[in-house]
Amino acid sequence: MSNVPRPAGLAIQKPRFFRAFYGLFLRDLRVLSRELGPFILRVGMQPLLFLFVFTFIMPRMAGGNPMAAGAGPAFGTVLLPGLMAVAIMFSGIAGVALPLSTEFGITREIDDRVMCPVPVWAVALEKVCFSALQSIVAALIVIPMAIWIPANPVYPDFHNWPLLVLVLVMSSLLAGAMGLAIGSTVNPKQIGLVFSIVVVPITFLGCVYYPWAYLQKIRWLQIAVLFNPIVYMSEGLRAAVTPGVNHMPVWAILLALSVFLVLLGRWGVKGFLKRVIS
Amino acid sequence: MSDTIVQIQALTKVYEGKQRVTALDGVDLEVKQGEIFGLLGPNGAGKTTTIGICTTRTLPTSGQVKIAGIDVVGHPAQARRLIGVVPQYNTLDRSLTIFENIYFHCRYFGFSHALAKARSEELLEQFLLSERSKALPSQLSGGLAQRVQIARAIAHRPTVLFLDEPSAGLDPQSRIAMWTAVQGLRKDGITVVLTTHYMEEADELSDRVAVVDHGKLLALGTPQELKDAYGAQTIIHLKLRQAEGGEAVAQEMRQLKGVENAEVTGEGLRVFAGNVDGLLPAIIQTSSRLGLRDISITEPSLETVFIHLTGRDLRE
Ligand SMILES: Nc1ncnc2c1ncn2[C@@H]1O[C@H](COP(=O)(O)OP(=O)(O)OP(=O)(O)O)[C@@H](O)[C@H]1O
Ligand SMILES: [Mg+2]
Repeated sequence: MSNVPRPAGLAIQKPRFFRAFYGLFLRDLRVLSRELGPFILRVGMQPLLFLFVFTFIMPRMAGGNPMAAGAGPAFGTVLLPGLMAVAIMFSGIAGVALPLSTEFGITREIDDRVMCPVPVWAVALEKVCFSALQSIVAALIVIPMAIWIPANPVYPDFHNWPLLVLVLVMSSLLAGAMGLAIGSTVNPKQIGLVFSIVVVPITFLGCVYYPWAYLQKIRWLQIAVLFNPIVYMSEGLRAAVTPGVNHMPVWAILLALSVFLVLLGRWGVKGFLKRVIS
Repeated sequence: MSDTIVQIQALTKVYEGKQRVTALDGVDLEVKQGEIFGLLGPNGAGKTTTIGICTTRTLPTSGQVKIAGIDVVGHPAQARRLIGVVPQYNTLDRSLTIFENIYFHCRYFGFSHALAKARSEELLEQFLLSERSKALPSQLSGGLAQRVQIARAIAHRPTVLFLDEPSAGLDPQSRIAMWTAVQGLRKDGITVVLTTHYMEEADELSDRVAVVDHGKLLALGTPQELKDAYGAQTIIHLKLRQAEGGEAVAQEMRQLKGVENAEVTGEGLRVFAGNVDGLLPAIIQTSSRLGLRDISITEPSLETVFIHLTGRDLRE
């Protein structure tokens, strides 16, 4: 990024960059460690309740309940990757957008970190990476729940580890990038509003509760949701965790995840720079 | 000692927006290594903007700032290693304790765990904060928080420290503690650039001051030079028993060497002098005819220079 005037500078620049980055990471880790309990509750509560209601309670009323009947015994299997995607998404928003909106606010707490000796975009990148770590934890927490809670246990099929790791990491980074974009472009006062009119709808329409292929009969929706990045998170996880269920081709998923990652990442970093440099 | 450490050249800043604001309009300044430099000006003069540009937080519209030869726009990350900043507002990390605020600041600058820990402990001790090291910023008074901010700003051993209104909102004790801290920094060889609205503070602390207004540099020099150049005068108030003949005595006073003006007041006379050395006996002698009963002297102040330069109008 920065050209160093002294030739010797370049050699010492690299470790300095990583040390600063590592320092920022440690700071976030320290803050998170203080609220580990609330963090686990926050990321675990939603999938827990979801699985409990739809895969534990509902099947037991199968006789008279049309919804559970429609979902069928395989519903848990469909749901697992979807819930992982939701967990990733929400934790990305909670891990970046919410803290940023207070840190950009009247306290301007981000100042000291912005003043550290690395380019400002690196500070934004660290936020995204740290939130990705939280997202990964949040997604992994869903797996044991899906095994233990449902009436008919769901067994994820981890035969394609590299794909799982790749999709998990890319989805988590994407969620962080989205959090950065929202946190740095939205006025802190409106963050709640954006949450209900953007985050919740794209999550509900993110092919979380059904595979994308099942939308076939509602063609216009099937095409419209292609602009929704969450679709690729859930489809990607579906391909990696429950390959038996219908899913998009893997190349398309990875391509779309990369495109969204670049777009949202750029948008987020630009917004961040605009926020901290006047 | 006289190397230039901060070099500001033809600096302008225009904030675009609904209302175009020209915050800086061609400022040239040089701050020398090791000095305490005061930046004075009324509200909205452009002080924070100047500091913002020097500390890489604000981008100039045109012009250049170099810190120890490094262009802050071209190489901001490098420049940040050389500068410490105490902003106008409390920007302590609310999620971290006092100790951690300083410790992680050191880590951002590449200190190892052991070094960062040692440096934080050293600074907490130096700034008499050790007892509060586990407190959160929200539990500190304004004066303490300001001290933590200064400690944090110098933790990575910057060459230049920028302080934006470090004494705003501090009680007299905290202010004196802050002054002592700043003077201590000078002993450590740190160059300090500070803004303040307290003229006596600028006078006391600064080696040189600059007065800016409407984004332009109005005056630059040591406090004494400014007082000399902008006719800040010593005022000698004389209370006299006899009012009659005051005008004649005033007339006589004006002839004295060093006296610039003299006027009759309700109680006696007011004499304006550029330099009082050796003048007092003559004044006393001249005025004793009318029964001198009291004499008081007001030393020249930066405040009068400031008002003289920037006018009495209130700022928006
Ligand atoms: N981010 C901004 N956007 C638009 N205008 C700004 C911005 N920051 C400062 N200004 C304007 O620029 C001018 C200079 O402001 P600056 O903050 O530099 O003044 P200052 O000398 O620090 O004043 P004070 O003593 O009140 O702190 C003011 O007119 C201010 O309204
Ligand atoms: Mg200011």
